[in-house]
Amino acid sequence: MSAADGREMRGASGALRDAATGELRQETMIINMGPQHPSTHGVLRLLLELDGETVVSCEPIIGYLHTGIEKNTEYRTWQQGVTFVTRADYLSPFFNELGYCLGVERLLGIEAPERAQIIRVLVCELNRIASHLVWLATGGLELGAVSVMLYAFREREIILDVFEAITGLRMNHAYIRIGGVVMDMPQEGPGKIRNLLRVLPGRFDEYETLLDDNPIWRERNEGVGVLGAEQALALGVTGPCLRAAGVPADLRKDIPYGGYETYDFDVPVQTAGDAYARYRVRMAEMRESLKIVRQALERLEHTPGPVMVQDPKVGWPSRLSVGPDGIGNDPDYLRHIMEESMEALIHHFKMVTQGVAVPAGEVYSAVESPRGELGFHIVSDGGHRPYRVKIRDPSFVNLQALPLMAEGYLVADLIASNASLDPVMGGVDR
Amino acid sequence: MSPEDLAEALQGRFADVGLARGEVTVLVEAGAVPETLLWLRQHPDLAFDLLACVSATDGPGADPRFWLTYEMRSMQHHHRVRVKTGASGTDPRLPSVAPVFPTADWQEREIYDLYGVVFEGHPNLHRILLPEDWEGHPLRKDEELGGVPTWYVGARVPPVDQRGMA
Repeated sequence: MSAADGREMRGASGALRDAATGELRQETMIINMGPQHPSTHGVLRLLLELDGETVVSCEPIIGYLHTGIEKNTEYRTWQQGVTFVTRADYLSPFFNELGYCLGVERLLGIEAPERAQIIRVLVCELNRIASHLVWLATGGLELGAVSVMLYAFREREIILDVFEAITGLRMNHAYIRIGGVVMDMPQEGPGKIRNLLRVLPGRFDEYETLLDDNPIWRERNEGVGVLGAEQALALGVTGPCLRAAGVPADLRKDIPYGGYETYDFDVPVQTAGDAYARYRVRMAEMRESLKIVRQALERLEHTPGPVMVQDPKVGWPSRLSVGPDGIGNDPDYLRHIMEESMEALIHHFKMVTQGVAVPAGEVYSAVESPRGELGFHIVSDGGHRPYRVKIRDPSFVNLQALPLMAEGYLVADLIASNASLDPVMGGVDR
Repeated sequence: MSPEDLAEALQGRFADVGLARGEVTVLVEAGAVPETLLWLRQHPDLAFDLLACVSATDGPGADPRFWLTYEMRSMQHHHRVRVKTGASGTDPRLPSVAPVFPTADWQEREIYDLYGVVFEGHPNLHRILLPEDWEGHPLRKDEELGGVPTWYVGARVPPVDQRGMA
C-alpha cells in the first residue's frame, strides 16, 4: 500500500477510504519491524503483515549478528574454542562454556575435579539469575514497566560484580575450561556471594509485589502468546517456555550433568502456556537457583582440591590470577617458567600453542541454559583442533514459535510474546 | 532407559546401532530418515518427542561427504538417541523432516545455507543466516577463508589456515 498515491482520503471516522468508491480499504499492510528496534531483543527483523492492529503474518528474518563462531572454532585449538562459544549467547556465557567443555571432556574421557564441578554449578546458577533479570528488565521496559527495568538491571549489576571478582570479566569469561575451571574462587568470592544470597530474595519479593497482581501487567501478559505443550514440543521449544506449558522438562533433572543430581531443587511448572505463565516460571526459577547456589557454597567450604585435572597432557598449564585489567598469568607462575624451569616453559609453550589432541569421535552434550536446551554437537578427527562444533542454541529454535504466538493477536501482544520468549540474538545468529 | 537398554531395544528394528560414550547412534539410509524419526516418536516405550538438534559435518573426499545427525530426546523417558545418515558430495540431497517435525524447518535451512545440502520437500528452503545473494556455503571445508587487507600497501593478514600456527 502507499499513502502517497493520492487515491485515498481520510473519512470522518479517521479510516482510510478509497477515493473512487468511497469504500473502506481492505488491503493489509506490510511493515518491517527492525532490524534495529528497541523491543526486538537485538538485531531481529520481523516482516509483519498487518490488518489494522492485528498481525496477519509474521516472518522473523535473522542473521544480522552472524559471526561465524562455529567456523572459527575449526581453526583454533580445543582450548581456544571456549573463548568463541562463550560469545554466542552473550547473556549466558557460562552455559556456553559448560556445554562445550562437557562435550570435549566426554570425548577425552575425563571429568573435572569435584571442586571445579561445584564452582561450575555455582557460576551457572548465578548466571541463570542474571540472564532472567535481563529478561525481566527488557520485558518490563517493553510493556512500559520502566521501574522494573531499573530494579532488575541494578540487581544484575551486583551479580556481574561477583563474576568480575571470580573471573576478572563481567561477560564472556572463558572461565570454564576443558578439565575444570581456569582458576580457583578468590578469597573474597564466597563473601560476595553470601551478600547476594542475603539481598536477592527480598528484591525478588519486590518485583513480585510490583507485578504479580498488577492489573496492567496481567492484562498485557495473560492469554497472550499462548503456546500449548504439543505445539511447543513440535516446534522444539524448550526451557521456561515449555515448562510454562505444563511439561516439567529440565535437563538438570532429566539427564543430569555436572553433579546436578546431588542438589536439592524444584522445577517450577505452570500450565497456562501464556506470557504470564512464563513470567511466573522464570521468577520461581530464580529462587530455585538461589537454593542451588546456597548448597554449592556450603559444599565449596569443605571441598578442597584442585580445580583443573591434574593430567599435564590435558590440563591448562598456567596459573592465573585476577589483575587490574582482568585475568592474567600469575606473576609467580611467570617467574617459574621464565626464570626457573626450562621444562615448564616448553610444556607451557606446547600446551598453549598446540593444545590437546582429542580422540576421534562425536558427542552431543546438552545443558539446561536459561532459555532451554543448549546443545553442542562436537566432532573430532583426533587432531588438535575441533573438526566441527555445532551449537544448538535454544534462542534459535525457540524463535520459530514466534509466528504462531503472534498471528491473530495485536501488534502490542507481539511485543509481549517476543519478550516472554526471551530470544538472545547472539545465540540465534552465532 | 539406560543407553545400554536403549541400544538393545533398537537393535531389533535397526541393523546398525552403535553405543559409544553413553550415546546411542542409529545409522540409516538417507531416504529412511523421516520414517525412522516418526517411528522413534511414536513407539510408546521410546517416545522421542523432541527433535532437539539437526547438525551436519563435511568430509571432502570421503563417501558420503556429508554426515547428517538428528538428536532426539524423550521428555517422558529422559533418554536420547542420535540418528545419522550420509549424503553424497556431488548432489547432496535427502528428504526433509520439516513437514513432520516443524522444529526442523529452520535447522534444515541453516544446513542448506551453510553446507548446501538440499532437503527435498522442505516448505521454505532458502538461506537463513546469510544474505540471499551470498555465493557458496561457508561451513564446507573446501570453502576459501579469505584474508584481511591492511593499511600497509600490499600487506595483508593471511587467512587463518595459512598462518602457520598450530
